[in-house]
Amino acid sequence: MASRNAPVITAVAADPRVAVALPSSRIEGFWGGAFRRLRRNRLAFASAIFIVAIALAAILVPMLASTTYADQDYDVVKQGPSRSHIMGTDQLGRDIFIRLIFGARISLTVGIVVQLVITVVGVPIGMLAGYAGGKTDTAIMRLVDVLYALPSLLFVIIIMTFLRGTFDSKPGGIWGVIADLDSKTGGLVGVYVGLGLISWLTVARIVRANTMSLKQKEFVEAARGLGSGHRRIMSRHLLPNTIAAIVVATTLGIPSAILTEAGISFLGLGVIPPMPSWGLMISEAIPNLRAHPYMLIFPAAALSLTVLAFNFLGDGLRDALDPWMKR
Amino acid sequence: MGDSVTTGRGAYILRRLLLLIPTLLAIYTLTFLLIHATPGGPWSQGEKPVPPIVLKRLNEAYGLDTPLWRQYVDYLWNVSRGDFGPSFTQRSRTVSDIIGDTFPVSLKLGMVAMAIALVVGIGLGTIGALKHNTGIDYLTSFVAILGVSTPSYVIVSLLVLLLASTFHLVPTGGWDGLSSTKILIPAVALALYPAAVLARYTRASMLDVLSADYVRTARSKGLREYSVITRHAIRNALLPVVTVSGIVFADVITGSFFVETVYSVPGLGRYFVKSITERDYPVILGTVLLLGAVISIMNLIVDLLYPLLDPRIER
Repeated sequence: MASRNAPVITAVAADPRVAVALPSSRIEGFWGGAFRRLRRNRLAFASAIFIVAIALAAILVPMLASTTYADQDYDVVKQGPSRSHIMGTDQLGRDIFIRLIFGARISLTVGIVVQLVITVVGVPIGMLAGYAGGKTDTAIMRLVDVLYALPSLLFVIIIMTFLRGTFDSKPGGIWGVIADLDSKTGGLVGVYVGLGLISWLTVARIVRANTMSLKQKEFVEAARGLGSGHRRIMSRHLLPNTIAAIVVATTLGIPSAILTEAGISFLGLGVIPPMPSWGLMISEAIPNLRAHPYMLIFPAAALSLTVLAFNFLGDGLRDALDPWMKR
Repeated sequence: MGDSVTTGRGAYILRRLLLLIPTLLAIYTLTFLLIHATPGGPWSQGEKPVPPIVLKRLNEAYGLDTPLWRQYVDYLWNVSRGDFGPSFTQRSRTVSDIIGDTFPVSLKLGMVAMAIALVVGIGLGTIGALKHNTGIDYLTSFVAILGVSTPSYVIVSLLVLLLASTFHLVPTGGWDGLSSTKILIPAVALALYPAAVLARYTRASMLDVLSADYVRTARSKGLREYSVITRHAIRNALLPVVTVSGIVFADVITGSFFVETVYSVPGLGRYFVKSITERDYPVILGTVLLLGAVISIMNLIVDLLYPLLDPRIER
C-alpha cells in the first residue's frame, strides 16, 4: 500500500501501468495506485464502507437473530417501529428489519452473481470479436445489435416466465438439479440467469473496443514476433490490459442488476414469497401506504441507498483506474 | 455534389429500414420460441380445469392444434399483413384493438415525461458544468445520481402519499388524457430517471466543451460569457445528449409499466404483465414486436440526426 507521507506522488504518477518509483524508492503497482486514488475519493470510499457494512449485516444478522423472514406474529400486524421491532411489522406480522436484512442478501447476491454471468459470457465473446475481426466480428456484432433492439425488461420477464414454468414442471436431469436449487433459494436462480442472459451486451462491446485498439499496440506486435500464439496473446497481454475496463463496467452494472431484480419482484415475477426482496416488500407496502408509510420507507430507502453506494463506488473506481481522465 | 449526398443519405436510410426486417424477424423468432417452450397454455389459468373437449375446441379455434412450425409461419404471414390476431383472454378483442387503445396512452405519457426530462436534465447538467466544483454542482450531481438510484414505482408512491393523500392536490390514480391533472404524478415519476441520465451526460459533455480551444478563442475574441455559452458551447455540448435521448426515450416507452401499474394508467405496459401471466401469446408477440420496432426506429432517428448536427461526421 502507498504510504501516507508521499504527497509528491501525484506529480510523478504519469503512467501507472509502468511502475512508478517513489521518492522513498518504493515501487507502486497499478492496483496500489488505483487503491490510493480510490481512498482519496471520500464519497467512493464511504460508499465502499457502507456496502461492506450491509454485506456484513446480511451475513451476520440472520445467524444471530431468533426470528426469520417468514415468521409471523398475528398479535403485532402492521405496527409501527417499536422496541421489539425496530422497523415495525408488515401486513402478516413479520418483522420488517429481519426481512430487510434477508432482502439485502438477495440484492447483493443478485448484483454480484449477475455480474459473474455477464463476465463469463460477455468477456470471451467481446474479446473474440475484437481479436478475430473480419467476418467473425461482423457476425457477432450483428447479433449484439439485434439483441440491443430487444425491449430488455420485457425480455427478462419472458425469460423468467420460461424458467419459472420449466422449473415448476418438475423436469429431470440437470434441469431438475437447477430447479431444486431454484426452489431452495426462493426463485433466485431464475433471476440470475434471466438477468445475466440479457445484460452481457455492454460488457462485450467494451471488451471488443478495448481489444481492437490494444491488438494494434507494439507490445502485442512484439509478443507475436517472439512466437506467442493467439491464446497466449489473449490471456497474457489483452486480458490483463482490459481488466480495469471490465471492473468498472461490472461495478456500474451491479446497481442496474439490483434495480431490475427489485422491479421484477415488484411485479411479482421475481423471488417466490415468502422470500423477501426489497422490490416485493415495496409492492406489499403500497396498498397500506396511507396508514403505514413506514412499510414503504424502509425497503425503499435500503434499495436507493445501496444502489446509490454502488453508483458512487463505480464512478470512483472509474476515476481511480483511469488516471488519464481529468475528471 | 449536393445530389450525391442526398442520394447517399437516401440509400442509407433505405438500407437501415431494410435492416429492420431481419431484426424484427429475429425478435419474433426468439419470443415465439421462448413463450411456446414455457410449460402451461393460455387455457389452464382458471381455478377449475377446462374440460378436455372444450380445450380441444379452443385449440382448434385459435389454431393451437397445428404443428408449431405451422403456427410460426401462419402468425408471421398474418403479422406481415398487419393482423396481429385475436387476444386469447379478451375473446372479443383483437391485439390491434388492444394496442390501438393502450399504446397511445403510453406514448402520450412517455412524451410528456420526456419533455420534462429534457428541460430538467439539460438544465441541471448545464448549471452543474457552469458552476463546476461548487456547492451547486455537487447538489445537481447528487440529485442526478439519486434519480438514477430510485425506481419510478417508489417515486410514484411517495408523490401519491405527499400530493394526493396528504395535500389532496391531485387524484390518487387514473388517466384522463393530457389536459388532466392526473398526468402530473406519473409523468414526473417517469421523467426522473431520464432527467438524471441526461443531466449526467450534459454535465460531462459541457465540461469537455468548455475546455475546448474554440471556446477559449470565443472568449479571447471578447465575446460576453452569455454568448460564448449559448452560441458556441451548448450547441456542441448537446451532441452526445441527442444520442442518449433517443435511447432514453425508448427506455421511457418500454419501461413505463411500473408507473402505469401503480397509478392505474391504462397503458400498454400494464397490459403486458397481464398477458404474460395469462399466456396470451398474440398480445405478448404484438407488444414485443411493437416495442422492438420503436427501439430500432429511435436508434435510426438518432443516427440520422447525428450527421445533421455534426457536419464532421460523414455517412
